[in-house]
Amino acid sequence: MVQAVIGKQADAGGKGQAVLSVRDLTVGFGENIVLDNLNLEVLRGEILGFVGASGTGKSVLMRTVLRLLTKRSGTIEILGADYDKMGEAERVALDMRLGVLFQHGALFSALTVRENIQVPMREYLDLPQDLMDELARLKIELVGLAPEAAEKYPSELSGGMIKRAALARALALDPDLVFLDEPTSGLDPIGAAEFDELIAKLRDTLGLTVYMVTHDLDSLFSVCDRIAVLGKKRVLVEGTIEDMLACDDPWVKSYFRGKRARSIVREA
Amino acid sequence: MTPAQTETAADVVVDEGAAGNGRRYVFSGDWRHETAEAMSAKLKRLGKPAGGQSEFDFSGITAMDTAGAWIIRRFMNGTADEVRFAGSDRYAELILALPKQLRSPEGETARAPLFQRLFAPVGELTVSIWTDTVAAMYILGSAVRGAQMKLGRHAGVSPAAIVHQIDRMGVMATPIITLMSFLIGAIIAQQGAFQLRSFGAEIFVVDLVGILQLREIGVLLTAIMIAGRSGSAITAEIGSMKMREEVDALKVMGLSPIGVLVFPRLVALTIVLPLLTIIANFAALAGAAMVAWAYSGITIPTFLARLQEAVDFSSVAAGMIKAPFMALIIGVVAAVEGLKVGGSAESLGRRVTSSVVKSIFVVILIDGLFAIFYAAIDF
Repeated sequence: MVQAVIGKQADAGGKGQAVLSVRDLTVGFGENIVLDNLNLEVLRGEILGFVGASGTGKSVLMRTVLRLLTKRSGTIEILGADYDKMGEAERVALDMRLGVLFQHGALFSALTVRENIQVPMREYLDLPQDLMDELARLKIELVGLAPEAAEKYPSELSGGMIKRAALARALALDPDLVFLDEPTSGLDPIGAAEFDELIAKLRDTLGLTVYMVTHDLDSLFSVCDRIAVLGKKRVLVEGTIEDMLACDDPWVKSYFRGKRARSIVREA
Repeated sequence: MTPAQTETAADVVVDEGAAGNGRRYVFSGDWRHETAEAMSAKLKRLGKPAGGQSEFDFSGITAMDTAGAWIIRRFMNGTADEVRFAGSDRYAELILALPKQLRSPEGETARAPLFQRLFAPVGELTVSIWTDTVAAMYILGSAVRGAQMKLGRHAGVSPAAIVHQIDRMGVMATPIITLMSFLIGAIIAQQGAFQLRSFGAEIFVVDLVGILQLREIGVLLTAIMIAGRSGSAITAEIGSMKMREEVDALKVMGLSPIGVLVFPRLVALTIVLPLLTIIANFAALAGAAMVAWAYSGITIPTFLARLQEAVDFSSVAAGMIKAPFMALIIGVVAAVEGLKVGGSAESLGRRVTSSVVKSIFVVILIDGLFAIFYAAIDF
């Protein structure tokens, strides 16, 4: 394993250290409280799968952690630092260490794939164009896209290619922590399995920590080290897949031991 | 924690002949994005290592990311033979995980010759004018046909949609059209009175404003305003529906998108533009009367009496006849551009711009054609 190689603070700690810790987080809109005193930890080098029924606030939690939404109370520590207590320059430095794959890719439609990948490089680093081109092609290669895709616009790509291109952009600056919002939704089972393998491979080679919101039972069973279930405005249960199967909560039970899940368990 | 603070120097030192028969490279420091440029240049200066076995010593490296790993990987490709790694295994693993060589896209197109680059756009423009005309005809035709095709429980046209569009494109545009025309009338009257004063013919400012406004300016400026206001809205609405496959959804349901989306807007525009023109004419004449009274001392009764003499039915009709044609052109051009929108947000913006530009251009063109026509038939 090459975990923590990428850690920008050299030897910032090995596996097992919390990269993201959310404590007593409360988020709401008007009268409606969406998350109430939620606690969650993501450990270095792991792939955390995050599940929950539609409308329970999975996206709200991710968007709050990424500060696209404001929280009511609670603390969020990313990579050992509390965002609220940071200065402007530190926030920028922290943003460089996060990568996000949005559900629909969110590639800039006016730019080609190569230019999309180079946006964060251009913004944060001072690299010559030919080196940037090479690095963009390397990222395209790493996520398993054909080299021809580099000069294509997002509207010319298929759904699976958009996900891969968006992942390449999320990885542009070699982030420590990557957020994936339903990375396999809309992909065919083969494409989804390939994507899962890709994420696991990148985690192993690049030492990523992955926070993955997903509904894909296959992903949960095959690549996730740990799973957290959101329900009743907090994390209902977190642990390995075995813990999920042993859990007594009715929703968790029907999710992991329903008809669709059982067929996967049988195969496994 | 700012980039500057975390940056520590990276370095590579060549140790000739230390590892048996080959070279030994000692890497140290942070091999990351921040140091990639300098290190890439340095490795290039080192040149291709000679054949034989070389050893890469990573024990001095403190951190590495894909950029640093790639530079070393690229350098390694230059070494002819075997490479041994010393020091930390994890860095070697990262480097070996990268592809050995970047595949370049197949069939890269060569730059077209100058001649072609110069004249291809001219040809494309010519073809696009023709296809635009055909598309406009298609939309005009299927707007009429599409309305008849709706053989469901409802009658051919849905009055609710038309009324809604009339409200949005007409009623809501009234204040701005009124204000604009009032000012235009006042400005023409002031300028006319100022120039005519030196001939002692100030009273003819009524003729000037009356004929100019009713025949030309009233309908032209209203049409331009509507092209900017409603034409752009039509293109944006239809375009964003096209982008999100809503237009395809309509087709699949057996509805003609042009009948459902374009037809009510065309009808509403054709009803609304003449009415707005009438309002604009009244507002402009009111503005002119006010200025004539305040600036030249022409009283309102005198103004009205003179107006009645100067303006006959043909002046009013000449202007009004043009209005529905301009409305149709604005609507059709907006719809053509809306349906051309592709997948990206950028293309939507481009289409809206070209919709406004084209419809204003065509409106002025039509105005000119009408002027020639009227002159020829002595209207």
